[in-house]
Amino acid sequence: MTEKTFMAGFGGQGVVSMGQLWVYCGMKEGLEVTFFPFYGAEKRGGIARASVIVSTEEISSPLVSAPDSAVVMNMDSLPLCEAILKQGGTLIINSSLVKVDTKRTDARVVKVPCNEIAERIGDVKFANMVMMGALSKATGAVKLDKLEAVLKTFFSESKHKFIPMNMQAIQEGADAVG
Amino acid sequence: MALEKRLMKGNEAIGEAAIRAGCDAYFGYPITPQSELIAYMAKHMLDAKRVFIQAESEVSAINMVYGAGATGARAMTSSSSPGVSLKQEGISYACGADVPMVVVNVARSGPGLGGISPAQGDYFQSTRGGGHGDYYHIVLAPKSVQEAADLTYEAFDLADEWRMPAMILADGMIGQMMEGVSFPEPKDPATRVAKPWAVGNRNGRKDVNHVDSTHLVPEEFEQALHARYARYEEMKKVLPRFEEHFVEDADLILTAYGTSARVCLGAMQMARKLGLKVGLFRPITLWPYPEKRLGELEGKRFLAVEMSMGQMVEDVRLYTHGKSEVSFYGRCGGMIPTEEDVLAEIRKILKK
Repeated sequence: MTEKTFMAGFGGQGVVSMGQLWVYCGMKEGLEVTFFPFYGAEKRGGIARASVIVSTEEISSPLVSAPDSAVVMNMDSLPLCEAILKQGGTLIINSSLVKVDTKRTDARVVKVPCNEIAERIGDVKFANMVMMGALSKATGAVKLDKLEAVLKTFFSESKHKFIPMNMQAIQEGADAVG
Repeated sequence: MALEKRLMKGNEAIGEAAIRAGCDAYFGYPITPQSELIAYMAKHMLDAKRVFIQAESEVSAINMVYGAGATGARAMTSSSSPGVSLKQEGISYACGADVPMVVVNVARSGPGLGGISPAQGDYFQSTRGGGHGDYYHIVLAPKSVQEAADLTYEAFDLADEWRMPAMILADGMIGQMMEGVSFPEPKDPATRVAKPWAVGNRNGRKDVNHVDSTHLVPEEFEQALHARYARYEEMKKVLPRFEEHFVEDADLILTAYGTSARVCLGAMQMARKLGLKVGLFRPITLWPYPEKRLGELEGKRFLAVEMSMGQMVEDVRLYTHGKSEVSFYGRCGGMIPTEEDVLAEIRKILKK
């Protein structure tokens, strides 16, 4: 099993954190992983992207050029993801912010209203965790069953009180995938 | 504990490996895409009560490394391409004075200030003695976060053993990406190579050591250079290291190092699935280059893949003695070839 995923959104949506947590959990589940953030002269509001690979085999190129799945967190990211998604790949779309339909008729499209779900849980900042729950359910590549322990090392002590809401976001994201 | 896998950026893993190898002193100046390394050292070298100085420039940093190395300390600096160009004078002096040090280049695109994306355009500079005068130094090229850590851990021993700078030549991809990595136990300082040549801390002894690259008597200087080059020949016998896949039955052997070797591995696997007999030869030591092994493969067809306009390809031609047809495929300016790009090139060459 090898799952290559491209993630994109605007700076501040937690795309880079989502990518890191995805591979961190993958590693804890015994998979080989790579995470490569797009780095550049960053600015607020710019597009944040991450390329992540999880695999049961040694990973060759860390560059994700034809992803099996793509995460679209906002409108600007849609054309980027449509352009590189492999034939028949999975497009997971944050339907709270992306109101148009994709041109990729070959893709398996999963729509998740990440912002609405996150706000209901308590804060729009959980939108990336809603998305990661959906990604886990849709691809099956990373089970996320070790996420709670991972979050304890990922967050400083003062933020541990938010872990239950993160876990709820993951669950509701997974449930939103039909 | 030591074997527990951690998720880290290449830059951070290099820093942690250096600390475990016994780096006594780090001197650097920030530059993208290497800055997480100096940041890691700023925190962890001071935590370990070792020397950390953010110098006012790259030139200053390399000369601090030169001074610390001359006293026998395990000293290190790191930078990215334009910064490493600035360090070349100091590296030349260290080579001329036989001072061990570890220099890390997390390379980006050039020439000039260039860009901040990954590139492999520093191969000539790294492997041909990038400063003035006759010299070489060790160059190690990791392909992953784990190998970046392993080679850094080993680089300090190699530098001490051969009395010269050891360079880690990575690129922005290796530095910025995160992978699982496990670290060896910290090195026991008692296992270090003795440095009776070092200056300072003479414990009351009256004889004085001089560490210097100056030689004003041509007859003597020539002798000294010959002695150093004899050492280079010894190194060529024992140091070269490489990884290879399916070279024996290959109709086409891909050669690449670092990030582009990872891309080539993927392209090779795709080609094999199509029934194309493609192999891979990845030098791990860029100097000394694994020339003997490449010589054994002369006559085979080669495709060198680099993130440059073509630099290592010249060594592939050189060490296959003109008996191999050697093609080149490169991306530059911070672009990284994809597996699909390399596969297309393979199919073009093999006409399949």
